[in-house]
Amino acid sequence: MKNIHVSTTINGDPTEFICAPDESLLDVLRDRLGLTGSKEGCGSGDCGACSVTVNGRLVCSCLVLGAEADGAAVETIEGMAQGETLHPLQQHFIDGAALQCGVCTPGILVAAKALLEKNPNPTDTEIRYWLAGNLCRCTGYDKIIKAVQSAAAEMRGA
Amino acid sequence: MVKVAIWGSLRTATDGKAEVEADPGTFKQILDQLVVDYPGLEPQIKRGVSFALDGKIYRDAWFTKINDDSELVLMPYMVGG
Amino acid sequence: MPLDANKKRVFKVIGTRPARPDGIDKVTGRALYGADATAPGMLFGHILRSPHAHALIKSIDTSAAEALSGVKAIITSKDFGLPDDSSVLDVQDNCMAREKVLYDGHAVAAVAATSAAIAKKALKLIKVDYEALPHVTDVDAAMRPDAPIVQAGRAMDDLPAGLSENVTYHFEFGHGDMDAGFDKADKIVERSFKTAATHQGYIEPHACLASMNSDGKGELWCCTQGQFFVRELCADILEIEASQLRVTASEIGGGFGGKTTVFIEPVALALSRKSGRPVKIVMSREEVFRASGPTVSSSSDVKIGMTKDGRITAAHATFRYQGGAFPCGTVQFGAQSAFAAYDLDAVQTIGWSVLTNRPKEAAYRAPGAPMAIYAVESVVDELCQELGLDPLDVRLKNAAQKGTKSSYGPTFDDIGLKATLEAAVAHPHYTAPLGPNQGRGLSCGFWFNFGGNTCVSLNVNFDGTVGITEGNPDIGGSRASISLMAAEELGIPYEKVRTIVADTNSIGHNDITDGSRVTFAVGLATIKAARDAKQKMCARVAKIWDIDEDAVYWEDGYAKPSGPNAGTFDPMSLEEIAAISAETGGPIAGHHEVNADGAGVSFGVHLVDVEVDPETGATEVLRYTVFQDAGKAIHPDYVEGQMQGGAVQGIGWALNEEYIYGEDGRLQNPGLLDYRIPVASDLPNIDTVILEIPNPGHPYGVRGVGETPIVPPLAAISNAVSRATGLRMSELPMSPPRVLKALSAKG
Ligand code: FES
Ligand code: FES
Repeated sequence: MKNIHVSTTINGDPTEFICAPDESLLDVLRDRLGLTGSKEGCGSGDCGACSVTVNGRLVCSCLVLGAEADGAAVETIEGMAQGETLHPLQQHFIDGAALQCGVCTPGILVAAKALLEKNPNPTDTEIRYWLAGNLCRCTGYDKIIKAVQSAAAEMRGA
Repeated sequence: MVKVAIWGSLRTATDGKAEVEADPGTFKQILDQLVVDYPGLEPQIKRGVSFALDGKIYRDAWFTKINDDSELVLMPYMVGG
Repeated sequence: MPLDANKKRVFKVIGTRPARPDGIDKVTGRALYGADATAPGMLFGHILRSPHAHALIKSIDTSAAEALSGVKAIITSKDFGLPDDSSVLDVQDNCMAREKVLYDGHAVAAVAATSAAIAKKALKLIKVDYEALPHVTDVDAAMRPDAPIVQAGRAMDDLPAGLSENVTYHFEFGHGDMDAGFDKADKIVERSFKTAATHQGYIEPHACLASMNSDGKGELWCCTQGQFFVRELCADILEIEASQLRVTASEIGGGFGGKTTVFIEPVALALSRKSGRPVKIVMSREEVFRASGPTVSSSSDVKIGMTKDGRITAAHATFRYQGGAFPCGTVQFGAQSAFAAYDLDAVQTIGWSVLTNRPKEAAYRAPGAPMAIYAVESVVDELCQELGLDPLDVRLKNAAQKGTKSSYGPTFDDIGLKATLEAAVAHPHYTAPLGPNQGRGLSCGFWFNFGGNTCVSLNVNFDGTVGITEGNPDIGGSRASISLMAAEELGIPYEKVRTIVADTNSIGHNDITDGSRVTFAVGLATIKAARDAKQKMCARVAKIWDIDEDAVYWEDGYAKPSGPNAGTFDPMSLEEIAAISAETGGPIAGHHEVNADGAGVSFGVHLVDVEVDPETGATEVLRYTVFQDAGKAIHPDYVEGQMQGGAVQGIGWALNEEYIYGEDGRLQNPGLLDYRIPVASDLPNIDTVILEIPNPGHPYGVRGVGETPIVPPLAAISNAVSRATGLRMSELPMSPPRVLKALSAKG
């Protein structure tokens, strides 16, 4: 099997890589590009720790092929803060103790950001269903839901 | 004499006795006496024992003073999650 | 060793909720976990695992795999020695099977290759000739005399007739006259229960990066709850000296007890030694399920007698736990915690530990306690229902308190159980109205908590900041709590303190992050290290002022003259003292080493409302409140986080999670789709009420809080389901099909 050459944009930066035809985007990010912020909790689409967006769509990067990133715009946790300035979600996760071990956090932040872009004023239930594909074993989700709400409020300018 | 309560599984080494006696002293001295009186306890003591002194659990604190009126319970070493 | 209790103390920093020091790294993806490290020339290690539940290994042929280009090393059990210490040999045998494979997923060989793809291909080329043997995975079946024998020669001495050799351990303990106790009862309930094995379910799979030379020097990076224990086990298994192996704990993506031993680390080190290159091994989720350490599964019988007015007259329990293919002592904790919440005149507890063809259990949050307390609290609740008594009233009436001789022996000191129960009585949740098909349940929970070996060093930097070096991986925000305690003790702002977790060669031995010990024991050592530093700073200032050392004392971040006799001097701040420390005798540091005692037990009470759908048997958790005594909450956010996270793990255990084995003895659900842990949409908010009944064994009154919260949910939810449906469930998990079956049987 010959490797494939891929040209893509990651967090706004033009990026080139080669990968095997059956290699997942998650493996490309982590092993070829050194972007280890996306985590592998299962490799089968069940935990959401690998969440990224491809052309604005929230996906599990373990279920996407690296080759599919060709010509696309990929956003990962590494692109969420602007320089020194954290995204409001990141800040509220720290302030609200919405992480314990933190291994689920990158995926949950990416997923929550995608939610707030679609729905800036979600109910708790909407957040809970949107994040149902992102497992967290430490927090019981309580503080995560609250942190998403307070970040959403700040982003609405409330 | 100090009354030493022997916890559950350790009793097989004390001929089934739930309570044995020892002279007051440090915990280490009491352990040494117990090994002389009940050689079967030695392997467990070597592996590590906890003791509860007046309700507080200690692990391997040899120099703790055990008085006549204290309540001493000898238990296998405990670990957690 | 009496510790000074500061019960009435007013805290300045303790109890606030500052940002944690690792926060930004973790929200930006920069924090490095087990699988995030790489090394130049690194190889990829993969492990071949048994497809059989139980089989003899007749031969292993690795020649075809070795011939594959890119393969740099292959190992089997032959690459390890035979350690004398049987507990080390068990760990080693669990990492790599020797003569037999003992469970589905047991490792038989490992490959290191230049890519993951080549390593996986090589695994397929290894030929293992197995002779399948009969297997047993159920605890009760494994005790029967005709059961397949998992490991010969491991049976308890004086094994009673009529039991299988799989029984490795048995004990009985208790006090009082049981017959007289049951005679006094107006009502006796006797029931049997079963609980499934569950998994800790940490989101980060086990991962490590090992580099080892032929001279026995090694470096190991891994996600673990205890780098020192990893070092000791690996050094023993690889027959090298502990000092030559440096183990660095990565950031850890959850552990809950499951990362307190080794599975892949000795394998990676052996592959690295053989190949002469660094080797990384990362478990897949399937490997985590099949070959790390889930909990025990249990079977138990509980009999309790009660008077009409709710006084327990006698209590008896028998617990049978299987902990997989190697001996395990977890049943002891279950038995010891079973009746801890009660003040009993007559109590008897029996425990049996049994081998089965399953992976060796590992600790999981309050190991052994949830399943035992589930059985006891279910029977107590049934008695309340039968006698028409209020369940909180009954628990208050029988609650253990200071001076109670506990069911497991020791007499309790200050404990917060009664206060916790009273808080539940007073809470609006307890009297809120319920709708149709809804029920409210409650349960007490208990955990012992440990202290253990701890060392901490605290360095006062020239610029007046403080660095703390400790040796316990931070799972849930402990670096923040430790910095808070140092700041409090020194009288400086939290922001001036930075705490790091050191590798095994940078500080002395620290026990594993377990037993809810870190905030307690590392906190205690930190406070003592700070006191040591303060004393040294006072001595420096005494020299500067040219007065006696004991004429200087420390208050609110300043060294001050102790009274008019000492002379009049302007107080000196820590910053001022630090700035001139080079001129007054050199750097200032405090440290403390201790095997900490006095951890102080922890009680909790959980209240839950559920609704059971009569059509599907599905149970929805509607409202949940956790009440727990934290002694003193150092960083309340993270105390609440422990209470909420533990409760949700318990909810999963009660309703969904289970290891399912097929007739062939193979695990049928080794993935997060079929082993379903709770997701956000399954749950309501988890409300928390923290009580603070100071632990006399800690200078600030801290008690461990991490483990107790997983204990009560099992019975609390079962009791709620019983009140919602009129059904007494006696098996976990209460998955929808199981509840539906019971509902239709009832008609
Ligand atoms: S790693 Fe992609 S969903 Fe779990
Ligand atoms: S914080 Fe540990 S898994 Fe979410």
